[in-house]
Amino acid sequence: MTTDVKTRNQELIQEVLSAYPEKSAKKRAKHLNVYEEGKPDCGVKSNIKSLPGVMTVRGCAYAGSKGVVWGPIKDMVHISHGPVGCGQYSWASRRNYFIGVTGVNAFGTMQFTSDFQEKDIVFGGDKKLDKVMDEIEALFPLNNGISVQSECPIGLIGDDIEAVSKKKAKQIDKTIVPVRCEGFRGVSQSLGHHIANDAVRDFVLDKVDGKAGEFVSTPYDVAIIGDYNIGGDAWSSRILLEEMGLRVIAQWSGDGTLKEMEATPKAKLNLIHCYRSMNYICRHMEEKFGIPWHEYNFFGPTKIAESLRAIAALFDDTIQEGAERVIAKYQPLVDAVVAKYKPRLGGKTVMLYVGGLRPRHVVGAYEDLGMEIAGTGYEFGHGDDYQRTTHYVKDGTLIYDDVTEFELEKFVEAVKPDLVGSGIKEKYVFQKMGLPFRQMHSWDYSGPYHGYDGFAIFARDMDMAISSPVWGMTKAPWK
Amino acid sequence: MSKLRQIAFYGKGGIGKSTTSQNTLAALADMDQKILIVGCDPKADSTRLILHAKAQDTVLSLAAEAGSVEDLEIEDVLKFGYKNIKCVESGGPEPGVGCAGRGVITSINFLEENGAYDDMDYVSYDVLGDVVCGGFAMPIRENKAQEIYIVMSGEMMAMYAANNISKGILKYANAGGVRLGGLICNERQTDKEYELADALAKRLGTSLIHFVPRDNVVQHAELRRMTVLEYAPDSKQADEYRQLAAKIHANAGKGTIPTPITMDELEDLLLEFGIMQAVDESIIGKAAAAA
Repeated sequence: MTTDVKTRNQELIQEVLSAYPEKSAKKRAKHLNVYEEGKPDCGVKSNIKSLPGVMTVRGCAYAGSKGVVWGPIKDMVHISHGPVGCGQYSWASRRNYFIGVTGVNAFGTMQFTSDFQEKDIVFGGDKKLDKVMDEIEALFPLNNGISVQSECPIGLIGDDIEAVSKKKAKQIDKTIVPVRCEGFRGVSQSLGHHIANDAVRDFVLDKVDGKAGEFVSTPYDVAIIGDYNIGGDAWSSRILLEEMGLRVIAQWSGDGTLKEMEATPKAKLNLIHCYRSMNYICRHMEEKFGIPWHEYNFFGPTKIAESLRAIAALFDDTIQEGAERVIAKYQPLVDAVVAKYKPRLGGKTVMLYVGGLRPRHVVGAYEDLGMEIAGTGYEFGHGDDYQRTTHYVKDGTLIYDDVTEFELEKFVEAVKPDLVGSGIKEKYVFQKMGLPFRQMHSWDYSGPYHGYDGFAIFARDMDMAISSPVWGMTKAPWK
Repeated sequence: MSKLRQIAFYGKGGIGKSTTSQNTLAALADMDQKILIVGCDPKADSTRLILHAKAQDTVLSLAAEAGSVEDLEIEDVLKFGYKNIKCVESGGPEPGVGCAGRGVITSINFLEENGAYDDMDYVSYDVLGDVVCGGFAMPIRENKAQEIYIVMSGEMMAMYAANNISKGILKYANAGGVRLGGLICNERQTDKEYELADALAKRLGTSLIHFVPRDNVVQHAELRRMTVLEYAPDSKQADEYRQLAAKIHANAGKGTIPTPITMDELEDLLLEFGIMQAVDESIIGKAAAAA
């Protein structure tokens, strides 16, 4: 980018900060920066408590565990343990596609809650939890296990969900996982991911010994970790791995099952997409079972090809040939997509603000369409995410960590991108400003965006947003 | 009707809060005061001497049975005891589960919303020994108890607790109207007990409202689940409680904002009265064998 843009961005940060009281400005200043080419990170602090008074869009530890990590495991029942609201308002909102029959062998789109009342707070909810588990067993006998997703009050009143889970697991002879993901823990949903990973380690992986049964290994067994199958993402990823000759033995956790989780220690390689939410369990499996892990990126043909080749390099010639075959097979599709959309989207600018992976991972897909990233930031990324981001962004890119709604609005107003990609809370703000917008958490009820098939949909959706004639009709009546 | 007086008894566990409060309130009832006692201890034994029985039907146990506190009627939880004193026990979970503090909040809100305080002269809260969380501080918050009486003795830990409770009162005194009514010394027959209690009261910016001497008749009455006022109305001890009651009755509006002291100041006070020896720094943390 030109020095003009860099100076403009630096001034913009100062302007935005000047609106805050001195102390807040000092704190927020550490989260905003202009990326300098060659630096090892983006120069921002992250994973720090949000300031009181600002509008942050972060979630809580419960959201990280129940909503992200555990929720998509389809054959288990996930109890939102506590008052009804947490479960009700997060009910089936992440679009984790699955194959199965709801209420019979799949439970992801149902809401299970212990619906705490005042008496449960005062007298404790352990007996109620016990009863809820009995009811689940009676009503949904084909469930393969239960997880207990703690809401805030559970930690406050000191309920012993571990004891209840242990007792019931023995009684009904199924896996029961207590998860201490009380919402007040940590600064964002990120700690919830970690807590959920630890629960997988303690209550699933640590207990698989002897359960492996007649699992027959092949040299090409891999597991997909950190793909939540939003709009079918994991499916459009899985086929590429399978077409190149690998065997996918588990999907975590989109369209996943408890059995798959239990089988994962048999994998030869763990392939991790969402590093932020699942790196913990990959590191654990590396230490305990000696399974290497590899980060990949299936957004956009450049990154897909790069990732397929990098994955293949960890296997033998058959797989490497397979990767080339897959890349060649989809090249005509890629060419057609790029030929159709690049002329319409080339040169357009995008500002992103997403969760813990996509602020960097989708950059390549936009660039494949000739688009440019003017600014990006994470809701709940950590330092290692901002280090990884340097491989994606260009000199002068505006970086904003845990951005406040005020800051984002001001940034977008000044930068005037052609497209904003963020979440539902931002969508209508920017559309009302007359700006094309796509939700980059839920794919705006579209998807998949992963893989070659996903790229075609991604390109179509971005074009649909930007080229819609509606933006030409939004002139203010007084102008 | 005179203005409702809301008072509360706090103090270290086992100091005799419930005994002192029930005897004093019985004496106030003898003075034709209409009284409501709200027991805020999960053990639910704050009204035992007035009712001649441990209250079985606590607000929270009935609420748990009925489903929620909204399903209760005020008549279900009100019991009438000596001289028509109204008694309510908040109740709560057994030790080690749930949240007793939330229980206190739930009960007090229920009582207020359902007019339990209407036509009363006194509402008295009896709170368990340690103000371990916000729930047990409920009675000293805004629009609840205006006067706090701290039951204490000449023992170091009781004085320490009295000072801590004063800190709690101070915290809420500026936001709400809560004041420290005074200290009540329940004699333990420690050295220079009266002088010490009186000195502590002055340090805390309040007064030692009464020194209740030790008398076995209290024990005799307790065994019969009665107050001394009822069991032995002509005893000297009954008179002591009458005096205390009269002093509390005359104490309306005379509460103060406490001036809690530091741990060091408290130790200095004990030194001053010769209760504690000056600490030889060299012996601190040394086991008997090592000395």
